[in-house]
Amino acid sequence: MKANTILLAAALSLAATGAMAQANCNQFPQQGGEALYNGICQDCHMPDGRGAEGAGHYPALARNPKLAEPGYPISVVTQGLKSMPAFGGAMSDQQIADVVNYVRTHFGNAYKDTVKPEDVKNAR
Amino acid sequence: MKDFANEKWTRRSLLTAIGLAGGTAAMYDAMLSMGYAANSDFSDPITLQGDAKGASVIILGAGIAGMVAAYEMRKAGYKVKILEFNNRPGGRNWSLHAGDSYTDIGGTTQKVDFAPGQYFNPGPWRLPYHHQGILHYCKMLNVPLESFVMYNNAALVHSAGAFGGKPKRFREVAADYEGHISELLAKATSQNKLDDQLDKDEKDGVLQMLKTWGGLDKNYEYRKGDQTSDFRGYDIPPGGGLMPGPVPSDIMPRKELFNSSLWNALYFPKQWDFQGQLFQPKGGMGEIGKAFGKLLDGVIQYDCKVTNIRQDETGVTVTYINSKTGGAPKTEKADWCVNTIPVSVLSQIPMNVGPKMRAAIDSLPYLPAVKVGLQFKRRFWEEDDNIYGGNTYTDQPIFNISYPSHGFFEKGPAVLLGAYIYRSGMRVYNFEALSAQEQIEAALEQGSKIHPQYRAEFMTGVAVAWHRVPWTLGCSGLWNDALREKHYADMCAVDNRIVLAGEHCSRLMAWQEGSVLSALDAITRLHKRVMSA
Repeated sequence: MKANTILLAAALSLAATGAMAQANCNQFPQQGGEALYNGICQDCHMPDGRGAEGAGHYPALARNPKLAEPGYPISVVTQGLKSMPAFGGAMSDQQIADVVNYVRTHFGNAYKDTVKPEDVKNAR
Repeated sequence: MKDFANEKWTRRSLLTAIGLAGGTAAMYDAMLSMGYAANSDFSDPITLQGDAKGASVIILGAGIAGMVAAYEMRKAGYKVKILEFNNRPGGRNWSLHAGDSYTDIGGTTQKVDFAPGQYFNPGPWRLPYHHQGILHYCKMLNVPLESFVMYNNAALVHSAGAFGGKPKRFREVAADYEGHISELLAKATSQNKLDDQLDKDEKDGVLQMLKTWGGLDKNYEYRKGDQTSDFRGYDIPPGGGLMPGPVPSDIMPRKELFNSSLWNALYFPKQWDFQGQLFQPKGGMGEIGKAFGKLLDGVIQYDCKVTNIRQDETGVTVTYINSKTGGAPKTEKADWCVNTIPVSVLSQIPMNVGPKMRAAIDSLPYLPAVKVGLQFKRRFWEEDDNIYGGNTYTDQPIFNISYPSHGFFEKGPAVLLGAYIYRSGMRVYNFEALSAQEQIEAALEQGSKIHPQYRAEFMTGVAVAWHRVPWTLGCSGLWNDALREKHYADMCAVDNRIVLAGEHCSRLMAWQEGSVLSALDAITRLHKRVMSA
């Protein structure tokens, strides 16, 4: 689990900012689709994107046909949906494009069209 | 005895007189009636006036809100039944003890191999003295309470970027901030720089206050000496006989202190919710839920996963399956419904309510939070560092270490709270996304920057990330002002035969008092509707 080791290192080194004013950490530091997915999304959607089920559920991203239209995941990540928090304020256009592209090309998804930061900007 | 008859009656002297005559309880009542000492909106006990004529109510969720609703409505003559997802009462009122296990929504199971008697509260863990609602039910249920140490002058404040990452004692940080600021203010005052603000009498008063409060010397300077060490502690404390000392301690240089962010920690215990006195149930917060469950024996049906909630003019029908084995859906019908399912879950359950309540339910995200409990071989924080209970704060992601408020001086293993992460912005999501093992490792790694004994003394740990708790999908409703403005009233309104309750229907986010007050308010309004139906 190389990605997780990197994530752990990131979680440990974030302290180096030295600011106890923790509320200022309003932006995700991770860059790139994989790091963003492992640093945020896998908490609920699980490391392999299969989702999870309890009293309620977290939808699977693996082979999810709702990802066919990229506007949908862009909107869900940016605005939130029900128990999914809105991350639009905590991620740049580039970060959102990266994580959407990552999800749409992993976990059994193989969409060919790539989301660009401009697409996110226009959807905000 | 003092003759009160000839005194001019100020409110204070009146209160003193009442206190002398009737004791503190009488004085407190008088203070309340004079608007001095406001509690939360709890009136004890509530009475639902009027005969419910055996009307039935189905309550969803056996957390604090659901059980308060069930108890009070049963008392008023309702036929009550609770459906609960878990196989235990309490909901987020929950403690993990030696021998317990916890499986998160991803299927990861942690076995809690603490020593006998040791426990960890993954959810709520402290009860402020003014949360009179939850305290009322603790008293009613005979749940013994003990003191929870919130503020301890010997606990630590740590910033990786300040003073070479060396933790400072709360007393040192507080004394030095207050001392340096007092010196600055005293200088400004005596150099007449505040003359447009202060008249002569005020100036004398302010200088006197700053000197005493800030620990300044006769020249109004904050300097190393007995008067500062009386606040911040000595390098070698006063001893007996021919022992050395006292040797005063060095004060932290003003610039370095002011450039640090250590002051942030001083603010936490100043908040009303944390000022103290605070309490905790003996043996774990979960004792409240357990006692409530016993009181409601036979009322609660466990292992029920609600899949549909439908109301019409005749009543409310709730469909559920076994939360462990699934199987054929069953239904339960009642006249009314008190629904305490967290809206993170409820938003996914079909329920025919009006568009306003639906919009409210679908709009509320849940707070991310992680708690890590760590068991160590011995109480090194007590034995080596003289820290008996209280909280240490750091600007590392773990944010908060809390030492047990119980079992002082005991030999053998003890559990402390090794991380409590909820107010660290987006870092909380990053921490939640780690596996339980990685969260424990991070708690150890960051904690050893504060307590070097960590690695050698560590035995076992347990981590709970609240977005992965299967029955809440998050810690608590994450309201902000805009969401409150738009949706709060609709969330709390009675929708025909259904009313929602729980901390998410309160203004006390994540507090059990919010669950209690929400439940009492919800059933009072529902009962009015029943009476007028």
